[in-house]
Amino acid sequence: MKAFSFAAPRFESEVLELLGETWGQSEILAGGTDLVGLMRQMIVAPERVVYLGNVAEYRGIEADSAGVRIGAMSTLDDLADSAALAPYAAVTQAIRGINSMQLQAQGTLGGELCQRPRCWFFRNGHGLLADRGRLVAEGDNRYHAILGNDGPAKFVHPSRVAPALVALGAQVRLAGPTAEDETILPIEYFFRIPRDESERETMLLPSQVLTHLMLPAVDGVASATYEVRQGAGPDYPLAAAAAALRFDGPYVREARIVLGHAAPMPWRSAAAERAMIGLPVTPETVKAAGEAAVAAATPLASNRYKVQLARVSVERALLMAAGLETGGF
Amino acid sequence: MAEYSWPKQGTAALLGSEQDRIDGVDKATGAAKYSYDVVLDRMLIAKALGCPHAHCKVKSIDVSAAKKVPGVVSIHLFIDPKDEKKSEIKWQGDPIACVAAETEGAAAEGVAAIEVAYEVLEHFVNEEFLAAAERAGRVGKAGVNVELENEPSENEDEDAFVEKELKRLYDESAAVVEGYYGIHAITHMCLEPHGSTCAWQGDKLTAHLSTQSVSGTAGQFASPLSMTADDVTVHCDFIGGGFGSKFQADEWGVACAKIAKETGRPVKLMLDRDLELKVAGCRPSGFVKVKVGADKDGVVKVWDSTQWGTGGDRGAAVDEKQIPYVFNPPNRRRSAVRVSTNTGPTRAWRAPNHPQACAISQTAYDDVAAKLGIDSYDVFLRNLPSVANKKADVYAAEMEIAAKLMDWKAKWHPHGKGPAEGSIVSGLGMAIHTWGGGAVAGSCTVKVHPDGGVETFAGSQDLGTGTRTVMAMVVAETFGLPLSAVKVNIGSSKYPQANPSGGSITVGSVSETHRRASQDALAKITALVGEKLGVDGAALVARDGRIYVDGSPDKGVTWAQACSLLGMNALEVRGEYAPSSKRSPLSSSGVGGVQMAEVAVDRATGVVKMKKFVAVQDMGLVINRQTAKSQMYGGVIMGIAYALFEERIMDPATGGFVNSQIADYRLPRLGDIGEIVLEIYEPESEYSRGVVGLGEPPVISPGAAISNAVANALGVRVPVLPITPMRVFDALERVPKMA
Repeated sequence: MKAFSFAAPRFESEVLELLGETWGQSEILAGGTDLVGLMRQMIVAPERVVYLGNVAEYRGIEADSAGVRIGAMSTLDDLADSAALAPYAAVTQAIRGINSMQLQAQGTLGGELCQRPRCWFFRNGHGLLADRGRLVAEGDNRYHAILGNDGPAKFVHPSRVAPALVALGAQVRLAGPTAEDETILPIEYFFRIPRDESERETMLLPSQVLTHLMLPAVDGVASATYEVRQGAGPDYPLAAAAAALRFDGPYVREARIVLGHAAPMPWRSAAAERAMIGLPVTPETVKAAGEAAVAAATPLASNRYKVQLARVSVERALLMAAGLETGGF
Repeated sequence: MAEYSWPKQGTAALLGSEQDRIDGVDKATGAAKYSYDVVLDRMLIAKALGCPHAHCKVKSIDVSAAKKVPGVVSIHLFIDPKDEKKSEIKWQGDPIACVAAETEGAAAEGVAAIEVAYEVLEHFVNEEFLAAAERAGRVGKAGVNVELENEPSENEDEDAFVEKELKRLYDESAAVVEGYYGIHAITHMCLEPHGSTCAWQGDKLTAHLSTQSVSGTAGQFASPLSMTADDVTVHCDFIGGGFGSKFQADEWGVACAKIAKETGRPVKLMLDRDLELKVAGCRPSGFVKVKVGADKDGVVKVWDSTQWGTGGDRGAAVDEKQIPYVFNPPNRRRSAVRVSTNTGPTRAWRAPNHPQACAISQTAYDDVAAKLGIDSYDVFLRNLPSVANKKADVYAAEMEIAAKLMDWKAKWHPHGKGPAEGSIVSGLGMAIHTWGGGAVAGSCTVKVHPDGGVETFAGSQDLGTGTRTVMAMVVAETFGLPLSAVKVNIGSSKYPQANPSGGSITVGSVSETHRRASQDALAKITALVGEKLGVDGAALVARDGRIYVDGSPDKGVTWAQACSLLGMNALEVRGEYAPSSKRSPLSSSGVGGVQMAEVAVDRATGVVKMKKFVAVQDMGLVINRQTAKSQMYGGVIMGIAYALFEERIMDPATGGFVNSQIADYRLPRLGDIGEIVLEIYEPESEYSRGVVGLGEPPVISPGAAISNAVANALGVRVPVLPITPMRVFDALERVPKMA
């Protein structure tokens, strides 16, 4: 780990003054479950670490008739235990699926969304895009992307909760670069697929901070997250999907279906959503939605199995959202 | 001197009972200090720089920037770029330099500041596909081993005869199975990485080394430091895992001692996790193509296999003579080649060779059952007459016990024919194994103080498996004392020379020496007591804290009164053991063991879940039933790990070991192991053999048993371990979709 200066501001204005203008000048420390490892490996080596734990306004979960507003420094346990979040089943299921007391108690919502990819080329010092995608294409890519992988980025986005939040139509609040600057945007547009090594996996500038997340009122939406987890531990899933459905009697009126661990960003599947509109949730209809979700998949040399897992994830997320049995683990 | 012996079965006070580890509370509370925990005054922290490339030449090393990093004190080079031979690096992570600094952070910054110029050379790291290895020129010369019942007639060409005979045998077989099986390399994943803390007092070195061989490593420090072993003390009270990988001082241990000498300060050098996995040992891979011929009952008559695998650049691969594992069919042709890869060197891994040999051959036996539609249990049973270790009766008895515990007969269904619940199917599989586990030469000192205090000394070590407790139980049993009365001193090379801990030799070895020493000591004490009581010392027994005339507890003295007869000086007795051709009454060698697995597989995702695992194990006479069971639990869990999760993943593009960080190296958690049911097989015929070690056997069968259970569930063999969703998908895709 490279020596660094440490700042623990108490107010947003101080946070923004402490953040650098380029990556490398500063990193934001929330729960530290990812950043500390990255710094130990010198994958990131900031000159200054800005800790958000003392910023009181970044904590707390507030609910009203419009929905729920969550401070980014809320821990994953705070969310899982919150009565206000209970109706958002896709979110709480995703958090419980992390299967690690340590990560859930220490990890924060903001950190969960901003954690860096687990791509082993990135983690072994070959850069986020691993020689503009060449190493992933030629190397062992069993855990890499099957969708959205036509550019140099071929990692999968690591967030466990993001697919649920995209499905539920959450928004994020970003502060900065100056104290006057505030950006509210749908979380769907917070994530992006980087095109070169100067970009990261979100729209966040080095001089900005993710401060809050807003979930719209549930308003009859049923949701679920399904992950294909190889084991009972905190290992990342092999594929995942979140679904949020609004029904008209037995028929799906609106659907938002998002794949996780399939693409360099949470991957919303318009084709799968269309496949469900006007239909009831049955083993047959979800099969068609699963097919639609992966119809455009472009698996790499070693990850064709992930196409099957992504398909099954969509099927099972839909069944779970409708309160049906998945028929599998 | 009386013959050494154990109490008759059922008469011992402590032996065979369940005892908590005597150091258990220290471990649970953190009072136990592992080598990594050693902190000395003015200690420097050293970190090693591993080579990022799988194959390269080091052209130059520039440490000038590293020296300027604040806090850096000393830099040691493992590689001399000017030495043409030694500058070639053949696997990623091979240490190039290490930096000692005032803090861990400064050491890491120093390592990062070292500038190395590499000439990158071509690498080869993936041995699974033999044709690719051949194209890369990485395949060694084949060794072939042929054993046939019939012999060629005079003047007949031997090779032609072998081919003709094999053809005849296959033609006559009721079932012929052609299969491909494999198991990838894994690491040791010791929770405590390799390393030491070294400190000098004048010309004497103390190395706090995380080691499985306290008595065997002092010389390994001494020789490269141009000193003699008497000036070295190796010390290790507690070790956080070794599994066969920690018998050496290692070049980084010697470097640690050198830097300590040069700087005049203690130095700690423990490997970082990724370097630990890359260079501190792994288990070789094994792959095999097999053709098996069996009669209509599933009895294997002919076996023909071509095997390959890698132990790295030049290390050992799996021995072809152990294929098929345990079973010796009457006709066998076995060939093997070694594939040279740019991967880290192998070290002994719990039961070297056996888990791989079992996983790549007893799977073929199960496929014979699948092909014939016979119960796998019956195929294993009918092939027992061919087992090489003459333990057919033991296996048969253990199979019967295991089958009852598993409820095998009620649960078994033909391969792929079980009922499905949704996309979930279940299956059963079994495997059998063997191991030696005999005692090796060693010694100890048992010291009895005139006030009745008892302590022992041995240059052995406790890997966490309960060796201290075994030593105390043996001595306490002999003296008729409670377990707490015996103080055990181990973990220093200055104590009497004792066994390394590997190959299941420890319990046999320390039981031999401690029983001998304490029986001899007791004979001296009973002689004194006999003199005082006016009876023959041989008529006395030590039991319940007293020494008395056998059958007359009133006619005797307390242990303390007995020891007071020693006078001013403590009694010190040396216990020595060396194996000889004469069978020892205290220990033996050779075990069997049967394991059965029940799994559930989600056909849609390829996720495998353990439902139940049964392990039945013989081990001669059991000293501590509790730690014996712990060994079995540990072995089974470690087996589930390599059957379903663990794999050293070598990336073909970079040549790197890409999952060498603990976050990426998949391991099972408690929720992944299912129900584990253990049974120790210990009839009089086993008890009377004396002590046999148990460390290795329980880890051997899980790979084959679990693979067989998955095959039974799916009706399709997933040929290569670990059985991940990726491999289940590949296997299911290769066969026509089932109706």
